[in-house]
Amino acid sequence: MRSTRRYFLKSSALAMVGLGFAPRFLRRAIASTSAPSRKVLVILFQRGAADGLSMVPPVSDPQYYALRPSLALRRPGAGSDAALRLDGTFGLHPALAPLKRFWDDGSLAIVQGVGSPKPTRSHFDAQDFIEAGTPGARAADGWINRALTAQPEPEMGGFRGVALQPNLPRSLNGPAAAIAMSSLADFRLRAGRLSASAEKGFESMYGSAVDLALRHSGGEAFDALRRIQSAKLEEMPPQNGAKYPNAPLGKRMADIARLIRADLGLEVAATDCGGWDTHVNQGNDQGQLAGRLKELAESIAAFAVDLGDRLGDVCLLTMTEFGRTVRENGSRGTDHGNASVMMALGGGVRGGRVFGRWPGLEESNLFEGRDLAVTVDFRTVLSELLARQLKISQLQKVFPGLDANSARPLGIIR
Amino acid sequence: MPRGKNHPPLRALLFQIVTPLLVLSHCATDPNRQNRAAPEAVVSLPPSSWTEQKKASHALSRLAFGASPDDQREIAGLGVEGWIDRQLRPRQISDELLADKLRAFPILTRSPEELEDEFPAPQARAKMLGLDPGSPEARTLIEGIPKEELPQQIDIQMLGAKMVRAVESRRQLEEVLTDFWFNHFNVSIDKGPVRWMATSYERDAVRPHVFGYFRELLAATAHHPAMLFYLDNWLSVRDRTPIELRRLQNDPKRNGAPPPGLNENYARELLELHTLGVNGGYNQKDVRETARAFTGWTIDEPNRKATFLYRDQAHDKEAKTVLGVAIPRGGGLSDGEKVLELLSNHPSTARFIATKLCRKFVSDNPPAELVERVSKVFLNTGGYLPSVYAAIFSSPEFWSDQAFAAKTKTPLEFAVSAVRALGGVTTGDAALGYQLERLGEPLYRSQPPTGYPDTADSWVSAGALVSRLNFGLALAGNRIHGTTVDVRGHLKRRGPKLDFDGATDALAALILQHPLTPQTRRTVQVALGAVEGERPQDGERRPIDVPVLAGLLLGSPEFQKR
Repeated sequence: MRSTRRYFLKSSALAMVGLGFAPRFLRRAIASTSAPSRKVLVILFQRGAADGLSMVPPVSDPQYYALRPSLALRRPGAGSDAALRLDGTFGLHPALAPLKRFWDDGSLAIVQGVGSPKPTRSHFDAQDFIEAGTPGARAADGWINRALTAQPEPEMGGFRGVALQPNLPRSLNGPAAAIAMSSLADFRLRAGRLSASAEKGFESMYGSAVDLALRHSGGEAFDALRRIQSAKLEEMPPQNGAKYPNAPLGKRMADIARLIRADLGLEVAATDCGGWDTHVNQGNDQGQLAGRLKELAESIAAFAVDLGDRLGDVCLLTMTEFGRTVRENGSRGTDHGNASVMMALGGGVRGGRVFGRWPGLEESNLFEGRDLAVTVDFRTVLSELLARQLKISQLQKVFPGLDANSARPLGIIR
Repeated sequence: MPRGKNHPPLRALLFQIVTPLLVLSHCATDPNRQNRAAPEAVVSLPPSSWTEQKKASHALSRLAFGASPDDQREIAGLGVEGWIDRQLRPRQISDELLADKLRAFPILTRSPEELEDEFPAPQARAKMLGLDPGSPEARTLIEGIPKEELPQQIDIQMLGAKMVRAVESRRQLEEVLTDFWFNHFNVSIDKGPVRWMATSYERDAVRPHVFGYFRELLAATAHHPAMLFYLDNWLSVRDRTPIELRRLQNDPKRNGAPPPGLNENYARELLELHTLGVNGGYNQKDVRETARAFTGWTIDEPNRKATFLYRDQAHDKEAKTVLGVAIPRGGGLSDGEKVLELLSNHPSTARFIATKLCRKFVSDNPPAELVERVSKVFLNTGGYLPSVYAAIFSSPEFWSDQAFAAKTKTPLEFAVSAVRALGGVTTGDAALGYQLERLGEPLYRSQPPTGYPDTADSWVSAGALVSRLNFGLALAGNRIHGTTVDVRGHLKRRGPKLDFDGATDALAALILQHPLTPQTRRTVQVALGAVEGERPQDGERRPIDVPVLAGLLLGSPEFQKR
C-alpha cells in the first residue's frame, strides 16, 4: 500500500474520530485533505425490468391510455390518484411523490427511452450485458470496475467501489479492488475476545491463498474490516432528520450515506432492489408496482436528506435491464419490453427536466411493434456521469467500442 | 423415509393427469420409445494416478455436500466406484435414521390444500370469519394467532427439513440433485401462494424425477401449480376475437376492465432457462407461439386446493408454429404437451442441460469436448438423467487435476459441508437456515427465475467471506442453535493429551482432509498465541481454544473450495 500524507493523516485521524475525540485541528486537517471533496456515484439497479412507462408516464399521449386501459395513471390534476405533473408531456408516478421536491428544486432529472443498442428480453442476459457495459458481448469484468481501473488510486483500498448487497454485482467485477457487504452491521468478525487474533489468522491465511479470487477478496475484506471498525460506522445515526423506510433498500441507502460521510474513499457505490417483474396485476396508483416505487422513492429521498450539503458531491442513478411492453398483457401486467427510464439525483444534476428523445407510442414507432424504442444508449448516460462526476477521461477503456455519437453527453450533469 | 408411503392427494392427482398424457404424447411422436427399456446408468472410473483417498475426497465434494466422518468410512468400505454406483441408485440405500428425523417436519407429507387449512394467511383467516382485514377486530385476531399457526411455519419447516437432509441423508447425491433441479426450475415462496405449494413442488414435481427422464421432470414442473403461479401461466388465456372483445367491452358488469389475454412469462423462461438456453435458437415469435400453446394451463383455486386444471375455453385453438414445428389448429391440452416433448428432445436443450450439469459437477468453465459428449448421451438416451450423470462421473475431465478443488462452494455447500466435516448433527432449527440468509443464499426465496448462480465470481466477495468466517467460528463454538458439533470429543478420541501441533493436525485431517502446510500451521499458531516463546515461563501449557482453531480452518481459503 502506497503511503501518502493524505492517507496517513486520514487513517490516524479516523481512528480518533471513531473514538469521538479528534481534536478540532485534526478534523480541519481531514477536511482540508479531502478538499475538493471526493465525488461519488451511486448506482441503484432495479432488477427485474422496471416499467418506465409507469414511473414517468407520458400523460399527454392518448396512445398511453389506449394501450394501458387498467394500468395507466390519470392525468395530473385529475385527483389524488393521478400522476404528478413534471412537464407538458410527462407525469411522475404518485408513489414517487417523495422525489417530487427534488424535481422541483432542480436536483432530479429523468432520462427517457434508455436501453441497450443490442436488446434482449432475457433478464439475465440484459443485466449481464448492461453491468458488463458491453451490449451483446460477454465480458469478465464490469463497467464500474473498469472505470476504477482507468483511474488507479491504490491507497484507497477497496473502498473506492462498494456494493451494498450480499454479493458483488457484475458491474464491480474486475481487477480493481471492490467490496460487497449486505450491511455495515454484519461486516465484522465475531469471535469474542479472540476476534483480533482470529482476524490476524484469517488475514495471513488469505494472504497466501492459492485461489486468486479468494486471495483478493480476503485482502479487501481485512482492509475494509479495519477501516470500518475504526470509524464505528454502523453506529452513525442518519442526519438532518432523515427517515429511511424500514425496508431492505432503506437500510442499504442509509449505509451508503454513512460510507459517504465517513469519507473512506468511496467513489462508486452500487446496490439493487428487486420485485419489478410485474407480469400480473401490476396495479396503477396503488398495487404491486406502486408498493415497490414507494420503497424506492422513500429510500432515495431519505438518502438525499441525510446527506444534506454533501449531496452536492453525489450523483445517484437508477437503472434497470429493460422496460416493459407498451400494451398491458392479458393479466393486467406487462411483459418484457425494451426502453425504460433512468432517474438521476444529485447536487450537480441539471434537474427538473426530462432528457432523451421520446420515441412515441404510435404503432409505427414501437420496437418490433410492441415496445418503447431505445433512443438513448445506456452507456451515453453512464459515460457522462463518469466523465463529469468522476473526471474519468478514458471512456473507451470503460466502454469499448462506444462510438462518438453515443458518447456525446446529454448534459445531465452541470 | 420409506418412499411412496406419503402420497398426498395432490401427488396422486397430478400423476393421474400427467402420466397418461406423457405416454400419449410420446406415443404420437416416437412409437418405439415405449418398448425401449430404461437405459442402465453405469459408472466406470477412468484410469487415474490419484490415491483412493484423493478420489474419495473429490467424490464426496461433488456428489455429496462434502465429507462427513461416516461417509469417509462408507466410501472406504465400498470403494469410490461402488459408492458412486450406489448413490446413483438411491432406492437401494435405506435411511431409517433420516426418515425418523424427518417426522419432526409434518408439512413434508401435506398437500397444498392441507397446508392452506393448517397455516392460513392471517388476512384470509380474518376474511373467513367475515371480518374486514383492515378492521381493528381483524387486527386483534391476527395479532392473537399463535406462532405455530402462522404461514412462516411452512418456511421454517421446509428449510429445517432441507438442512437435515443435506447434512445427514445417506442419499447425498439425491439431495445434491434435488437442490440442483429445484434451482434449475426455480420457484420462490415469496410470490403469492407459492409458499403453500412449494413443499409439494419439491416432493412431487422435482424429487421423484431427478433420477428419471428429463422430459418427466420438465412435464412435472410445467403442470405444477407452484410453477404455474410463479411464472404466471395460470392467468394466460387466448387473446379474444374482435367480436368477443366488443362484447366484453360493452359488458357493464366488467366496468371497462380490459379483457384477459396472453401472458408470456412462463413461455419465455421455459425456453430460456428450463430447456434451450438463451442462445438455443428461438426468437420472440417462438415465445408468443409457445405462450399460446400453454393457454388454459391453470390452477384450480390457487388459494385453496391448488391443483392443475386445463381450461379448454381459455385455450388458443388456432394453428401454431414453435421452432419450425407446426402444431395444427384444433388442439387442446396436447398443444403444450407437444411443445414440452419438442423441447425436451431438442439438441439445444441437451447442450444447455449438459453445460449446467458439467458446470455443477466439474468446473465453472467445463471443457467443450466434455459438454459435447455429455449432451450426446442426453440425446442418445432420450434424456435419461442417470446416464447423463454417469457419463460425467466417468469422464477423465471429472477426475482431472484441473477439476480437483476447482469449484468455489456456494453458501449452501459451504455451510452444510462445514457441519458435516465436524461430524455435526442438526435438528433443522431455524437458526441454521437463517445463517444461509446471512451467507447470501436464502433458500427457497430466490426471486428471479434464474435461481442461484453456480460460479465462483457470484459468491466471492469481501462481505461474503466475512460472513463465512463468522459462520465457521459460530458453528465450531456451538453457537448455532439446534446444530451441534463435538470438536473437543473428536480430539479426545484422537489422543488424550494432544499438544497444539497434534490438535492442529487432527483438525486439519478432519476438516481439510490433508495436513496443513508448515506456513498455514504457523499462521494458525501465531494467531492463537501458541508459538514458542509466548508460552508462560512456568512451562504450563496455555489451553488451546479448540473451537476458534476449528473456526479458523473452516474459514480458510482451502475450505471454500470443493
